[in-house]
Amino acid sequence: SEDTQQQIIRETFHLVSKRDENVCNFLEGGLLIGGSDNKLIYRHYATLYFVFCVDSSESELGILDLIQVFVETLDKCFENVCELDLIFHVDKVHNILAEMVMGGMVLETNMNEIVTQIDAQNKLEKSETFIFQSPRQDR
Amino acid sequence: MVAPSLKLQDLIEEIRGAKTQAQEREVIQKECAHIRASFRDGDPVHRHRQLAKLLYVHMLGYPAHFGQMECLKLIASSRFTDKRVGYLGAMLLLDERHDAHLLITNSIKNDLSQGIQPVQGLALCTLSTMGSAEMCRDLAPEVEKLLLQPSPYVRKKAILTAVHMIRKVPELSSVFLPPCVHLLHERHHGILLGTITLITELCERSPAALRHFRKVVPQLVQILRTLVTTGYSTEHSISGVSDPFLQVGGHSSKTMTNTSPLSSTQVATNTDTSRNAGNAVLFETVLTIMDIRSAAGLRVLAVNILGRFLLNSDRNIRYVALTSLLRLVQSDHSAVQRHRPTVVDCLQETDASLSRRALELSLALVNSSNVRAMMQELQAFLESCPPDLRADCASGILLAAERFAPTKRWHIDTILHVLTTAGTHVRDDAVANLTQLIGGAQELHAYSVRRLYNALAEDISQQPLVQVAAWCIGEYGDLLLEGNCEEIEPLQVDEEEVLALLEKVLQSHMSLPATRGYALTALMKLSTRLQGDNNRIRQVVSIYRSCLDVELQQRAVEYDTLFRKYDHMRAAILEKMPLVERDGPQADEEAKESKAAAQLSEAAPAPTEPQASQLLDLLDLLDGASGDAQHPPPLDPSPGGALVYLLDLPCAPPPPAPIPDLKVFEREGVQLNLSFIRPPENPALLLITATATNSSEGDVTDFICQAAVPKSLQLQLQAPSGNTVPARGGLPITQLFRILNPNKAPLRLKLRLTYNHFHQSVQEIFEVNNLPVESWQ
Repeated sequence: SEDTQQQIIRETFHLVSKRDENVCNFLEGGLLIGGSDNKLIYRHYATLYFVFCVDSSESELGILDLIQVFVETLDKCFENVCELDLIFHVDKVHNILAEMVMGGMVLETNMNEIVTQIDAQNKLEKSETFIFQSPRQDR
Repeated sequence: MVAPSLKLQDLIEEIRGAKTQAQEREVIQKECAHIRASFRDGDPVHRHRQLAKLLYVHMLGYPAHFGQMECLKLIASSRFTDKRVGYLGAMLLLDERHDAHLLITNSIKNDLSQGIQPVQGLALCTLSTMGSAEMCRDLAPEVEKLLLQPSPYVRKKAILTAVHMIRKVPELSSVFLPPCVHLLHERHHGILLGTITLITELCERSPAALRHFRKVVPQLVQILRTLVTTGYSTEHSISGVSDPFLQVGGHSSKTMTNTSPLSSTQVATNTDTSRNAGNAVLFETVLTIMDIRSAAGLRVLAVNILGRFLLNSDRNIRYVALTSLLRLVQSDHSAVQRHRPTVVDCLQETDASLSRRALELSLALVNSSNVRAMMQELQAFLESCPPDLRADCASGILLAAERFAPTKRWHIDTILHVLTTAGTHVRDDAVANLTQLIGGAQELHAYSVRRLYNALAEDISQQPLVQVAAWCIGEYGDLLLEGNCEEIEPLQVDEEEVLALLEKVLQSHMSLPATRGYALTALMKLSTRLQGDNNRIRQVVSIYRSCLDVELQQRAVEYDTLFRKYDHMRAAILEKMPLVERDGPQADEEAKESKAAAQLSEAAPAPTEPQASQLLDLLDLLDGASGDAQHPPPLDPSPGGALVYLLDLPCAPPPPAPIPDLKVFEREGVQLNLSFIRPPENPALLLITATATNSSEGDVTDFICQAAVPKSLQLQLQAPSGNTVPARGGLPITQLFRILNPNKAPLRLKLRLTYNHFHQSVQEIFEVNNLPVESWQ
């Protein structure tokens, strides 16, 4: 439910924001997330925290890498991504993430592949609006 | 009439412009009303925009369930833009719990067979995120077809969708098994990654699949080797691929021949550890070496790699190293021991996650040879560690001490140290364990009691410590006072100091009720151990007779009665306790009390009589303590063993029917009461206890009581408890008369009293009237 989701988000933020700069990037998850089996792996970029919640079958260092790839992909797709980009283009962020992680499993880690796919999809969208010729500007 | 609807960006700007949460809610509610109206009107052009806004609002935490049907419509539309938003909405808003989710099955089927790659990709993505069991069953054939498509993009997605399907519907494993081997021949990393995940999932689910895939293990190893030796095309792709490889290697452990150890070593030595990806691969290698049954040399190599990681300056590496070592410590204890110093150094970390891991690992590394050194380190850690780790550390130290203590004295010292540093964090049974331990170490009684006394004198705030110290001082108070103990520097302790300390504990607001109980009982025990007179103790005890805490009040009243009426029994009751057997966490005072009660109630002669219920209540002295002596002898709750002695005392066990007391004499505040007891095993015997009390302002001294009975009866007078009754309700004198009346002759009793009162000598001779019939019938 939405309430539980918001609570999880709040609790996670609370846990992660307390962390010092020079400690390791791994946290045991709070109670809401499912206790000791699940871990929170995070990376801190300026004002943003990217937090991935994983279970014990994932390699911790590998996930750190994955976060790095994700951020670099965002950078490529948005041209020097900043916080506002992420806020105003939430749907695009979702699309990029969907190319990397699907159904809770890692799908693709090669940055070029991902960017190619996203570009193809955006082109498809643009071609449709072009056909439509709607008087109002779309997005 | 529809106002021009906002673009998504405009809405976001408006929401961010709201200064308070109430304002934000207003904006959102207004917009949701618009969106709802637009949905009702069925406007196809802007539907996707409305849904996008709704999804944003949903992300902020507001209800968005009315958008579910719109997702369906958008998915069914032919435009890619619509589909994109529609599928995203489906992933976020729909799941198995809502009935609507089944309706998209058809749309997904159409999209999957359409042949437009992005669309297929979207459909597969949604299916793998929220597909329920029915959906998976319906769409399995479609996904299977897609597995063999030429486009790698679609194939990799199809593979992962297959994994999800297998998780939901295990029977589908048979469907997806055959293509796997074929897929392994691919070169595309994404496909390989997915395939490995699929194979792992299949192997986990069924041993038949495992057997099937054993044949391809050499092939896997070959692929791994090519990956390693040809270097890295992109750093990131390697880390993703190698890990799953090694995981699968772990699963098919039984058939790993010598080829795999060779490749593992190759990976281990070739991997470039300057980058994070390299480290990740190395870790997975180590774990694989551990999982499969490798040669000993390889395992040592693995442990050494982990040891090297421990020295790395990057905290993440150290964390993962500690975690892996923890997994290994059970199987390769000696190898891990070599890195013990490094692990202990990690205890000093400021990082909480790291120090926690280091603590767990250190505790696991303690064994009988290194226990002293380790304990020192751990105790130093206990003093400085953050509070949430204290409890774990304390219990860990206590457990390790129990298992590996070289000497009893060392053990006691260790526990003492833990109690003084982290007393509030120890488990509840630590007190019981320590008292058990001290009780058993007879030669160390003097030593223990001195150390505990010193510790208590310094600090009375740590409750477990205070409880143990109070118990010890009570039990071994005589050893504390008697003089020197060679193991500690000589300490002259005064009786008054000891009593003052216990009183301080009693009165301190930091003491828990249980602690107060311990202190009070300890005071009582000291009344028999100390040489001086007991007035101070009696005073304290009588103060607590009106304490608000029921347990304390009960104890105080019992002890007070012990002083007044049963003084001759006091020494026996308060003797040193025998060693209690350890039967787990129940071995504490309450359990002893109930056990003692059970013992006594079994021994009681006529359990159906009302007297038996008095027995089980044990010490129901709260109603009318002074007058009626028809109770069973007061049973002190702590010395469980002493109760057995009670039954051997010449004092009578409780009679079958209570005979009321008799007040026979009263003059100027001096009273004489008689209480009668007829022991059931000897019907001819009558025991009379004469109690002299003094409520006047002057003391009664030189009190002598003599009695005479008819010739047919035999009388035996026992020595009185004293011949002074202090003024104002001071300690009464009790005296026991034994009368044998085998012929059941009517009882007649004449008493002669002489005493000094108010500087006058008093003599009284009288016959006792109104003797109860039950006393001689």
